[in-house]
Amino acid sequence: MADKRKITVTVNGERYQREVETRMTLADFLRHELLLTGTHLGCEHGVCGACTVLLNGRTARACLTLAVQADGRSVTTVEGLAAPGGDLSPLQQAFWETHGLQCGFCTPGMLVTLTEFLNENPAPTEAEVREVLTGNLCRCTGYQSIVDAALLAAERMRTRA
Amino acid sequence: MKPAPFTYHNPKTIPEVVALLGKLDNAKVLAGGQSLMAMLNMRYAMPDNVVDLNDVDGLAGIELRGDALYIGAMTRQRDIEISPVVKTHCPLLVEALTNVGHRQTRNRGTIGGSLCQLDPSAELPTVAMAMDATISVQGKQGRRELAMADFPVTFMTPAIESDEIVTGVLLPLWPKGHGHAFVEFARRHGDFAVVGVAALLVVDASGRVSRASVTLCGVGARPIRVAEAEKCLLGAAAGPHAFRAAAVHAGAIDAMDDVHASKSYRQQLAATLAERALATALERTVPKT
Repeated sequence: MADKRKITVTVNGERYQREVETRMTLADFLRHELLLTGTHLGCEHGVCGACTVLLNGRTARACLTLAVQADGRSVTTVEGLAAPGGDLSPLQQAFWETHGLQCGFCTPGMLVTLTEFLNENPAPTEAEVREVLTGNLCRCTGYQSIVDAALLAAERMRTRA
Repeated sequence: MKPAPFTYHNPKTIPEVVALLGKLDNAKVLAGGQSLMAMLNMRYAMPDNVVDLNDVDGLAGIELRGDALYIGAMTRQRDIEISPVVKTHCPLLVEALTNVGHRQTRNRGTIGGSLCQLDPSAELPTVAMAMDATISVQGKQGRRELAMADFPVTFMTPAIESDEIVTGVLLPLWPKGHGHAFVEFARRHGDFAVVGVAALLVVDASGRVSRASVTLCGVGARPIRVAEAEKCLLGAAAGPHAFRAAAVHAGAIDAMDDVHASKSYRQQLAATLAERALATALERTVPKT
């Protein structure tokens, strides 16, 4: 008999109730149960960072978190970063403009990581951006255009605020 | 990649945890999950029961207790890293933490989890060893305190019973003005260290070393205090000459040999990094006036 639990998770502001196997990861829960496939799975053991989401406002590897551990908590995925009307966040806009992605596989994790980072550190140095990006692997860009996007977004968010 | 089926338990109190661990067969304790969850996903570990500590009250927190710093086992690595109290009183721990994985893993990873995982290259057990920490353990028989020197039994094996958990760690603080450094070499920043060194230094008014701690990770099955290096530093004039002499002892450790690095390469790294760590620690020392 599979061990199951009923859980309630708020994802991108919406409450979801599901009965899940306790061994199901948060990443699989988001993708298979909620059909929020923006969260990507690369390595499934915590190295690549593609599955990074915000769990109660802090970045976490969704592949290293059980869905049951998100019970009663809130999750933000890449789908929750844009404004409700669909306008891109300043960070997403900057990624677009600086070509901060090529194949796009790592992008959801990059965006979520940098969203948390820029909230905490609105005026980062390039070295600080590169440091936080060590937790997310990209095999296309060589990171340069991602760093550019982060710095551009930070500058715009500062001048708008 | 999915974990094999298990039964999940999320107790709310320490007595509940201990009671569960006493009766469940083949149980694994889940802390921050940054190692165990990967092992479950890859089915390196296939426990019948997972006991999650994330909902247990009273296991997280940072507090000064006299001349020591107490950190609850479930305190997140990131919370320790950004704690003003830790920064002021125990800067070695902060520097070590900047080498532990990445911000995203430190948000979840815990100090107790890292101590119990006891990876030979892990930074936090190394700091605990460097500072002569005391580990608090709780089980069916009650509470007990364990010196960090006695905590690692062997490779990735802490001296706790299957019905016990680590509840916290007490780090005796070094005096104000002491120097510290955590230096490591890894293939990429955030990867497991090939070799790392924790150094602590107290220098007296005449510029002589009055207290020293030199600890290596990544060279053996457990973090290693280099007693010979510490002995040769005591009373010596703090500076490159003494540090080089001490580093020779670090390089003489019987290091392990594996796919990542040979024994002689590890020994060379241990010596080089020990010298660098001591030099950095000296730069950060504030002499008593």
